[in-house]
Amino acid sequence: MAKEYETVIGLEVHVELATKTKIFCGCSTEFGGEPNTHTCPVCTGMPGSLPVLNKQVVEYAMAVGLATNCQIHQKCKFDRKNYFYPDNPQNYQISQLYLPICHDGWVEIETEDGAKKVGIHEIHMEEDAGKLIHDEWGDCSLVDFNRSGVPLIEIVSEPDMRSAQEVIAYLDKLRLIIQYLGASDCKLQEGSMRADVNLSIREKGSDTFGTRTEMKNLNSFKAIARAIEGEKNRQMDLLEDGQPVIQETRRWDDNKECSYPMRSKEDAQDYRYFPDPDLVPIIISDEWLEDIRNRQPELRTEKLERYKKEFDIPQYDAEILTGSKKLADIFEATTAICQKPKKVSNWLMGEALRLLKEHNQEPENLSFSPENLAKLIQLTEEGVINNKVAKEVFEQIFTEDTDPERYVEEHGLKSVSDEGELRGVIEEIVAANPQSVADYKSGKKKAIGFLVGQTMKAMKGKADPGAVNQILQEMLQ
Amino acid sequence: MDILNLTAVRLSEKIKNNDLTAIEATEAVLKQIASCESTYHCYVTVEEEKAREQAKQVQKRIESGELTGPLAGVPVAIKDNICTKGMRTTCSSRILGNFVPTYTAGAAEALEKEGAVVLGKTNMDEFAMGSTTETSYYGVTRNPWNPEHVPGGSSGGSCAAVAAEECFYALGSDTGGSIRQPSAFCGVTGMKPTYGTVSRYGLIAYGSSLDQIGPVAKDVTDCAAILEILAVYDPRDSTSVKREDTDFTSALTNDVKGMRIGIPRDYLGEGLDLQVKASVELAAKALEEQGAIVEEFDLSLVEYAIPAYYVIASAEASSNLSRFDGVKYGYRTEEYQGLHNMYKKTRSEGFGQEVKRRIMLGSFVLSSGYYDAYYLKALRTKALIKQAFDRAFEKYDVILGPTAPSTAPKLGESLKDPLKMYLGDIYTVSVNLAGLPAISLPYGIDNQNLPIGVQIIGNSFQEKTVIRAGYTLEQTREWQMPDTRERGQNNG
Repeated sequence: MAKEYETVIGLEVHVELATKTKIFCGCSTEFGGEPNTHTCPVCTGMPGSLPVLNKQVVEYAMAVGLATNCQIHQKCKFDRKNYFYPDNPQNYQISQLYLPICHDGWVEIETEDGAKKVGIHEIHMEEDAGKLIHDEWGDCSLVDFNRSGVPLIEIVSEPDMRSAQEVIAYLDKLRLIIQYLGASDCKLQEGSMRADVNLSIREKGSDTFGTRTEMKNLNSFKAIARAIEGEKNRQMDLLEDGQPVIQETRRWDDNKECSYPMRSKEDAQDYRYFPDPDLVPIIISDEWLEDIRNRQPELRTEKLERYKKEFDIPQYDAEILTGSKKLADIFEATTAICQKPKKVSNWLMGEALRLLKEHNQEPENLSFSPENLAKLIQLTEEGVINNKVAKEVFEQIFTEDTDPERYVEEHGLKSVSDEGELRGVIEEIVAANPQSVADYKSGKKKAIGFLVGQTMKAMKGKADPGAVNQILQEMLQ
Repeated sequence: MDILNLTAVRLSEKIKNNDLTAIEATEAVLKQIASCESTYHCYVTVEEEKAREQAKQVQKRIESGELTGPLAGVPVAIKDNICTKGMRTTCSSRILGNFVPTYTAGAAEALEKEGAVVLGKTNMDEFAMGSTTETSYYGVTRNPWNPEHVPGGSSGGSCAAVAAEECFYALGSDTGGSIRQPSAFCGVTGMKPTYGTVSRYGLIAYGSSLDQIGPVAKDVTDCAAILEILAVYDPRDSTSVKREDTDFTSALTNDVKGMRIGIPRDYLGEGLDLQVKASVELAAKALEEQGAIVEEFDLSLVEYAIPAYYVIASAEASSNLSRFDGVKYGYRTEEYQGLHNMYKKTRSEGFGQEVKRRIMLGSFVLSSGYYDAYYLKALRTKALIKQAFDRAFEKYDVILGPTAPSTAPKLGESLKDPLKMYLGDIYTVSVNLAGLPAISLPYGIDNQNLPIGVQIIGNSFQEKTVIRAGYTLEQTREWQMPDTRERGQNNG
């Protein structure tokens, strides 16, 4: 009989921080500039240049640490990790090994199996490397140092996860915390959040760890789930065949749904870490720490509870709304303008999410202004447009952030509120449909729906169906 | 008037008094360079035209009253590990043979702001690693007192240039004695400030936690005036210190009455040349006569300074020098197959023996398994040495001793036995390990007609006490520097 195995997973998550400037120089962190335009002597490793720490990086790292229940090393420092590679202009990366800023924290995740704590071993600050571009035609590679020196934090978990589901829940939790703190946008696809998966398996009930591998190149939650499944099976097959698992770093190919070895432990480099003498130790005073603690924004759990209490939003809806910082921000901003939380929630939960799905986008991609959604809600409330028209207008807002008032005006979408005009049309409809009138009068009340529909058609949708219904009832009595 | 033997401060006074112009001073020194360089080789790069142009600009700004500082209009030489925008900066290494910085170091910037005329870049031991200026890729510098002898190092070019009157003052850098030891060997005055006093921005790092830029000049007055300009807080250097007490020239007073001066007994023992020892004793006596209280004491831990220094400096250097890889700037090997071969060949060809030796030593002491035994132990030793100095400064205002165990050795003698060469740093390295300020000034000539230097060490941020003691001692010195040009001709 086959043995039963347990998967043991720990994660190393790199998050690009949302600072305006780099970690050790004043260069912009903006994405997508021409190669080597966001550079200076410091981030290109010119001789004699020196790093100067960006305070905001420390504050973001502290904020993430506090939000993940970490201890803060109030005296911490930077170390150099020495290795040669052309994307690394100094041939050392400034990172933290000996005294990382945060340590010994945890987050709580929820899966189908219930709630569980995942330990955080440490969080440290470091700099990103540049990017190598290999010339496919020529015999050379080019280096772009725009990303060199962009601040990162690396969040190292304890080996506390046992399934892909837990890993996804953990990543989602981290993503939400960091987005709520405003410390990063955490986009996996764009690389502002990257996860390396350390995985080993052991016989169920065993209390020793198996040999682990590290999996890199995981660009989506789905890829992570597939890679975990793939690696678990690969290790199980090896053990079942009586072969050892080799400690190595592997690269996941999500198209082929399999992984390839990158380097084994034997090739592991000696990074010759030592304290960076160019940077002084960071001393975090009690006051500074307290200040960061006091400035911590409302996080997801608190927000969710507040939505239920303050706005009377049901649990499920509140979960969706707070499941994205962007969605929650739009919800609150719009509600603040129009004071109609339920309506705002309905639009976001309904049309906004439907359109996102249709466009294959995430809530982070929402780009319309709360003012326009608030105006739209106002227009429907006042009966200026009906619901059908409103949905059409919302699509415009969603894609173009159009001003609904102007759009309704320009396209003549206002409901006809002139009762005289409406009565005239209805009279014509009643006259043209004697059968339905007779049906209605004989007790088939549903027949009125057909007449309303005919009227709306004749009005090209620009009537308030409620008003039409009312007039029809009057006329047919 | 003999322009060349003026001190920097005196020259500037004369320029500001319209006795002569910055242009004339520059021409005079360029002429001296032209006639002496073939003998001494103090410079890696001389920028005649740039210097002339800068002299004109500076002269205009002096005449307009814009420049009034104590060094306005004075031509300066800058050590070739201090970046100068648009001016080749090689560290005397092949690997930076074509490197022209796009920025100027904080220290050089401060001088230019005060109206310095930059003549060029002085020779040095490659990447400041050496004590003789013989490890330069661009050839040795010779001692202006006797060209058969080395000028010391690593700031040998700067010190020789001041001695040979090929500049009026110079910038050096001091990681383990690299300003003070060549100053002693060349009979000039050099000062290493408290760590953090002068910006390291633009100084091509050797041992980052020990490196300090400092002045090399003809006397203590010049040193104080130069340091006053150099000592500005620079936010581009995280180790730069904001100081209020940088009015160093105010300490140029002939007054050591009641000053407590300690001489480490450990500095006077085995290995010290007797003539050097006699000079230290003479200096002690002279200071005593001026009212100082001088006594010998045991500093302790002196024998651990050199191993600790070479472990720490080499460790930092092995990492600092890894950026020189042929990818971004500097030398790249002609032919190579693939990235790693390129790295290997570039660095094998680009670095000299002494640099490679220290990179290997530094890489070794940082390797996993050796880190604790060597690097951490060296850091602990460094802390203990600092404590030993702290204890000494509870009792003494300054410490007096020799700068180097001997006078300048002959060319070719030192590199044969690197360990012996390293031991020559015994009186200087502990000052860097403890981050202290110290000055070396000439106080005697040995029987080979070579100058002898004595060193005055102060507590952290006590440059003024060092300057006061140095200035007072200087006044008691009967010896004058002989005429350089005659020396050059006689010996060359």
